[in-house]
Amino acid sequence: MNMMTNLAQVSLRGVDKIFPPPAKAAEPIHALGPIDLELRRGEFFSVVGPSGCGKSTLLELIAGLSTASRGEVAFEGRPIAGQIPDGVGVVFQEDASFPWLSVADNIAFGLRRMKLGKGEREARIERALAMMGLGPFARSYPSQLSGGMRQRVCIARTLVTEPRLILLDEPFAALDQQTRLLMGDEVLNLWRKTGATIFLITHALDEATMLSDRIGIMSARPGRLIDIVETGWPRDRDSRIVQEERFGTITARLWGALREESIKAIGRPGGGGQP
Amino acid sequence: MKPAALWRIGLVIGLVALLEVLCLAGVIDKLTMQPPHVMAMDIWRMLASGSLNAAIAKTLGNAAIAFLLAMAIGVAAAIAIHRVKAVREALDPLFATYYAIPIFAFYPLLIILFGLGDAPEIFIGTALGVVGVIVNTLNGLDRVPRVLMKTARIARFSTLETAWRITLPYASPYILSGAKLAVAYSLIGIIGAEFIMSSSGMGYEISFAYNNFDNATMYPLIVLVLVVAGTFNAALGRWEKALMARRGLV
Repeated sequence: MNMMTNLAQVSLRGVDKIFPPPAKAAEPIHALGPIDLELRRGEFFSVVGPSGCGKSTLLELIAGLSTASRGEVAFEGRPIAGQIPDGVGVVFQEDASFPWLSVADNIAFGLRRMKLGKGEREARIERALAMMGLGPFARSYPSQLSGGMRQRVCIARTLVTEPRLILLDEPFAALDQQTRLLMGDEVLNLWRKTGATIFLITHALDEATMLSDRIGIMSARPGRLIDIVETGWPRDRDSRIVQEERFGTITARLWGALREESIKAIGRPGGGGQP
Repeated sequence: MKPAALWRIGLVIGLVALLEVLCLAGVIDKLTMQPPHVMAMDIWRMLASGSLNAAIAKTLGNAAIAFLLAMAIGVAAAIAIHRVKAVREALDPLFATYYAIPIFAFYPLLIILFGLGDAPEIFIGTALGVVGVIVNTLNGLDRVPRVLMKTARIARFSTLETAWRITLPYASPYILSGAKLAVAYSLIGIIGAEFIMSSSGMGYEISFAYNNFDNATMYPLIVLVLVVAGTFNAALGRWEKALMARRGLV
C-alpha cells in the first residue's frame, strides 16, 4: 500500500500567473490558474496537460523561479513568493550538466553551498554515483555520455543535496521510449530510497500513469486542474505495471479528460471523429 | 599530427627555405634582407651577449601588463554589459567600428595625460586588446543556456558566484579566443607605441636599427617578436582546443 502521509508539503491557494502583454496593443497573457493544490509529503504527483497549458510555469512557481500574480504558494508552511526555498531540487527537461566539469565534479557542484566535511561530501558523491549507475563514468565529461546518462548526472546532482521536494520538468522528454521506461524505474527506486516528494511534469500519459500516486490533469490555457486521478499503485512498483489491465484503464481515463483540452490547445474543433 | 598541421609546418619551412635561396642567390640583396640562417645566428649572438635584454624585457613586460589589463577589464566589462540590455544595444555598433579608430594618432594626447614613460604605451596596448576581449566574452556569455542560469538560481548563487561558477566557465573557450587577440594587439600596441614615442624597448631598437641600416639587429628583433607572439597564440590555441574537445566540439 501507499506509505505516504497526508501532511501537505506544498500548498497552492488561488494561484494565478499572468504575464505582461508581449506587445503594447496586446492583452496580458493569463497563463495559469486559479490553481488550488496540495502535495502530500512523500507522494509522487504528476501533472499532465496540453502543450502551452502552463505546466512548466506551475513548476517554476513551486521552485521559486517565478512569482504568482495572485494567490499563495507555500513550501512546508512558508510562503515561497519568488524565493528559492531550501530543500527543493529541480531537474529540467534540457541538458543542464556543466560541460566543463567531469561527472563527479558535476555532482559535487550541488554541494558547494553546503557546509559538509570532506568525508561526508565524498560519501554523498559516491552514493549518488552508485545510485544512478554512474560509478564507472565518474571522471568522464558530459560530452562523452549519452543524453540519458547526462540526465542521470543532473538527477544525481539534485539528489546529492538530499532535497525533500524534487521537481522534475519533463526530464525524459528527449529520451527514447525504452530508456524512458528504465529511467522511470530508476526514479521510482530513488523515490523509495530517499522518501522525497516528487512533482513531475510530463507530456507522456503512460509515464504519468506508471510513476505516480496521483495525477493532476490540466486544462488548456489558462491552465487549471480539471481532475486529479488517484492511481492506487503500491509504493513498491516498477515499469512492469504497464502490463496490468488497470494501467490501460487509468491512461485511457487521462486521455478521456485531456482530449478536448488538447484539441482546444491546438486550436481546431474536435468531437467529429470516432469515440 | 593531422595532415593540415603537417601542411602548415611544411608551408612555413618551404617559405623560409625559399627566402634562404633567394638571399643566397642574390635575388634579394644584403641591404634589404639577410638569409634566415644569418638571422638565427644573430638572434643567438644577441641573446648570448645580453646587449638587448633590457629592451626585450621592457617590451615583453609592458605587453604582458597590457594583456592582463585588457583581459581583466574586458571580461569584467563584458559581464556588466551583458547584464544590461540597453547598454549592450548602445555599445554594440561602437564595438563593431572600434578597430577603425587609429588609436596611435592619439599619442600626443596620451603623453599629455600620462607623461613620457611606459604608461601611454601600456594604455595603447590595453586599448587595442580590450575590445577584442569584450566582444568575444559577450559572444560566449550569449551562448550560456538559460537552463544553466536557472540552475544557478536554484543553487541560490549571487551574481558574482553565477559569473565565477557558471557563465565564465561556460564562456571560457570564447574568452580564450579574445585572449589570443589580446596577445597580438598588446604586442602590436606596445611595439607600435615604442616606434613613435619611446627611447627604449624592442620597437625603438627596431626603428633605430632600421634608420642605421643595422640588419643584424633589426631582423633578429623582428623574428623574436614573431616567435613570442606565435608561441603565446599557439599555447592559447591548444588550451582553447582542449576545452572544446572536452565539450565534444572538436
